[in-house]
Amino acid sequence: MTRKETLKIAILGTGCPKCRQTAEVVRRAVEQAGIDATIHKVEDIQEIMKFRVMATPAVAIDGQVRISGKVPTVDEVRTLLSGGETP
Amino acid sequence: MSECCGKNPAGGTTPPVPPGCEAGLAEPPIPAVASDPRATAKYFGTGLIALGAWWLLYQGLSPFAKWFTFSLLTLTPGARLASAVEFFVFEAPKVLMLLTLVVFAVGVVRSFFTPERARRILAGRKESAGNVLAALLGVVTPFCSCSAVPLFIGFVTSGVPLGVTFSFLVSAPMVNEIALVLLYGLFGWKIAVLYAGTGLAIAMVSGWIIGRMGMEGHVEEWVYAAPAGGDEGGGSRSVSWRDRVHFGFDAVRDIAGKVWPYVVAGIAVGAAIHGYVPENFMAGIMGAGAWWSVPLAVLIGIPMYSNAAGIIPVVQALLGKGAALGTVLAFMMSVIGLSLPEMIILRKVLKVRLIATFAGVVGAGILAVGYLFNVLL
Repeated sequence: MTRKETLKIAILGTGCPKCRQTAEVVRRAVEQAGIDATIHKVEDIQEIMKFRVMATPAVAIDGQVRISGKVPTVDEVRTLLSGGETP
Repeated sequence: MSECCGKNPAGGTTPPVPPGCEAGLAEPPIPAVASDPRATAKYFGTGLIALGAWWLLYQGLSPFAKWFTFSLLTLTPGARLASAVEFFVFEAPKVLMLLTLVVFAVGVVRSFFTPERARRILAGRKESAGNVLAALLGVVTPFCSCSAVPLFIGFVTSGVPLGVTFSFLVSAPMVNEIALVLLYGLFGWKIAVLYAGTGLAIAMVSGWIIGRMGMEGHVEEWVYAAPAGGDEGGGSRSVSWRDRVHFGFDAVRDIAGKVWPYVVAGIAVGAAIHGYVPENFMAGIMGAGAWWSVPLAVLIGIPMYSNAAGIIPVVQALLGKGAALGTVLAFMMSVIGLSLPEMIILRKVLKVRLIATFAGVVGAGILAVGYLFNVLL
């Protein structure tokens, strides 16, 4: 569960409730997993489009989009954080 | 195409707690299980049994409502109260059952479609056929008006024609499965089919017209400079039947779980009208005779933002008091299909003239539908 480098997690969304929920889910998952990670929200649409997503909310880990178009569950995010695939 | 935004960033006139929004946080974990034929068969078997049980229960609703009203409460047949009570006791569970079934089925169907897939199907299509396909895909693809901008960019940067993109954007909110179920449950299949058919027609035709007008220059310049979106995330992983069933359950929990108070309230209003309000109460103002009522209904409807479940009780109240069907249908379509908040979101990618054209063309389509039904029915 411990990693050497800090994970960079980006929450992509223009500020709708689902995006805020996603941020909350990610925050809890990071907390539970005890991982060293930074979470930042990307709310500017032009910035979001640089991630090449077609649906928000989306979650990018280290610049890679892992979830898009839905609010993930805490467990899903934890699986992703530990390097697994989305169920 | 469900309105998942809840309170939109633009801060429009949203109802306090928009149903069907804000997905639940705490879902049970779904263990990743490879799709094997036996598990699939088990799901189909269980599904069939559940469907049978659903049908039996559904058939029992009418006798139950009669028994409840006349035997248990011993109300006199023909009395106003009896009529209202029977209506409510029959309609409320009926509509909720229909809603659950349809939302589940739509959830499963949607697990086959993603925005990425819709785009792959539509990229490089000619107009006409593309407009038809886009309108149909708009119905089955999971869509949230928060995602309108990334979706728009993802479509146009990968070669989906502008008009075809608009067909998708119009049909996605306008043809709504909840509205369809409620209309079917409360007014019968003819009105439900009319709604779905005309909604699709408006999406196809208005997208085609916008395409013909050649308004690509009124898209903000940075859009075409943006990298083609949507190559990443949720596009290509394989989905088992187990996942699809879970997708359906999630949809039910998401939508039916939040929508039901609106439905029950709507039916209660309907029941009161059914029993108490004199017929043709609204006929003078919103009847087929008043020509100005259709444009007025559309004008009132555009700034209003509600989802289908919130608007149907109003529809029922208006129809019950003698408003003309075309007028009411136009009102409903302009509320759910043309929303001011969505236009404000789209302003990030579209110039004002294109947004105005979009609203104008779709609004004109809704007007035409309103008049058509007022004349035909």
